[in-house]
Amino acid sequence: MSGVSVKTVVPADQLGRTIVRIAHEILERDQDISQLAVVGIYTRGAHLARRLAGLMEEFTGRDIPVGELDISLYRDDVAARGSLTIRPKLPHPELRGTHLPFGIDGKTIVLVDDVLFTGRTIRAAIDALFDYGRPARIQLAVLVDRGHRELPIRPDYVGKNLPTSQEERINVRLSEVDGEDEIVLEAVE
Amino acid sequence: MNRHLLSINDLSRADFDSLLATAEKDFLELSQRDIKKVPTLRGRTIIDLFYEKSTRTSTSFELAGKRLSADVINVKADSSSAGKGESLKDTVLTLNAYRPDIIVARHPHVGAPAFMAAHTAAHVINAGDGMGEHPTQCLLDVFSLKQAYGDLRGLRVAIVGDILHSRVARSNIAGFQKMGMQVALVAPPGLLPRRAEALGAAIFHSLDELANVEVVYLLRMQKERHEGANFVPSLREYISHFCVGRRHLREGQRVLHPGPVNRGVEIENELADSSENLILQQVEAGLAVRMAVLYRIIIDSAAVAKETSGPRLTTRV
Repeated sequence: MSGVSVKTVVPADQLGRTIVRIAHEILERDQDISQLAVVGIYTRGAHLARRLAGLMEEFTGRDIPVGELDISLYRDDVAARGSLTIRPKLPHPELRGTHLPFGIDGKTIVLVDDVLFTGRTIRAAIDALFDYGRPARIQLAVLVDRGHRELPIRPDYVGKNLPTSQEERINVRLSEVDGEDEIVLEAVE
Repeated sequence: MNRHLLSINDLSRADFDSLLATAEKDFLELSQRDIKKVPTLRGRTIIDLFYEKSTRTSTSFELAGKRLSADVINVKADSSSAGKGESLKDTVLTLNAYRPDIIVARHPHVGAPAFMAAHTAAHVINAGDGMGEHPTQCLLDVFSLKQAYGDLRGLRVAIVGDILHSRVARSNIAGFQKMGMQVALVAPPGLLPRRAEALGAAIFHSLDELANVEVVYLLRMQKERHEGANFVPSLREYISHFCVGRRHLREGQRVLHPGPVNRGVEIENELADSSENLILQQVEAGLAVRMAVLYRIIIDSAAVAKETSGPRLTTRV
């Protein structure tokens, strides 16, 4: 059997700077901060969204609402693949669920995810958001764009472009969930 | 989850936990939105086949399917060909020709849903089979209790009333025990099943036992199943000994009832209207839990199909 090689492509300090830069870029876009809200896609997107909102509050001194989106009911592969988000073997299944503690009508929503790949997660997230209201606009911020899009979806803010092959995996590790910050590339050798 | 949900024993403890978690995280929230619909089961067909009267079970299964975007057809026996003498097997074969994904079945005879499962490619969910079982009722009761009490381990519950005729009792005794609860049965001897001890519950014949439990689960007196036999000396005598009111309860005790309630028979009017009962929470839980069951029965079978169709590199979408 072939092994799996694991390589750190972005270490912790660089990852931290990247998130700071994305926060600045979002604010630079000449947007009305009073209408800005950040919504992260479970799991890591939600943590990134919290970090981005925290940074933007620090830079502006204004409150930035943060929400979390669980898109498992909006996936396009319910029949084809089964759920990847439910792990019935866990003794205490993780309680997630969408949590949007603000109205999204008329807001500029910055959708946040860790890795942008096929674009299907983002399609599902946009559909989910529209069931909660009518945002003025939706922008997309991702930490990594690894290519291989299957839908016409493009990010507005990108931490790092990492061209990959289909067989490789990008794992974004965040201290909130994984104990440390880093981006690793896993490849089958 | 297994292919069908016919008995509460079809569910492992892990199935219980994941169904309850799905119901809570996904479907309770959905009911509070303006747009109470998700596209998850778009294009799926669900047939609700009811040979017995029902309000909450049929309404909640229908609403659950619709909120998941499935196409839901309701077939009531009294207005269908069953009323013209068609056999159960022929009805199921006919409905199966429409290629439904799920058949939700209620029938007055024990085992009818299992019989249907043998004659259809659809998943079959038992929505109550005579004096047999009612697994989704058990799930919603456990869900309601978890909402009210948190951890259920060690919690003591008394199931009170017409246990003999109750499919709810049969599913709940097993389900409550699976959750680590201690179950007591409180009923006159005539309303207990033969060999009730074998169910693993302690048996009592007086409401005095309510002093020793945290939860009181009242059952409906199923008068329609009493015809031609005297299970109790008289309804009046039953009421005088077993109708539960607020005076039987102490602070903090909660009362559940699967509905419909017979006011003045198993439950006193005042208690039926008081905030000590969780009856309406149970109804709300029923919708969320049934959505979870419909969702998971489809999702899990898709996952099984994937496992058996050979390896595939799983990448995140």
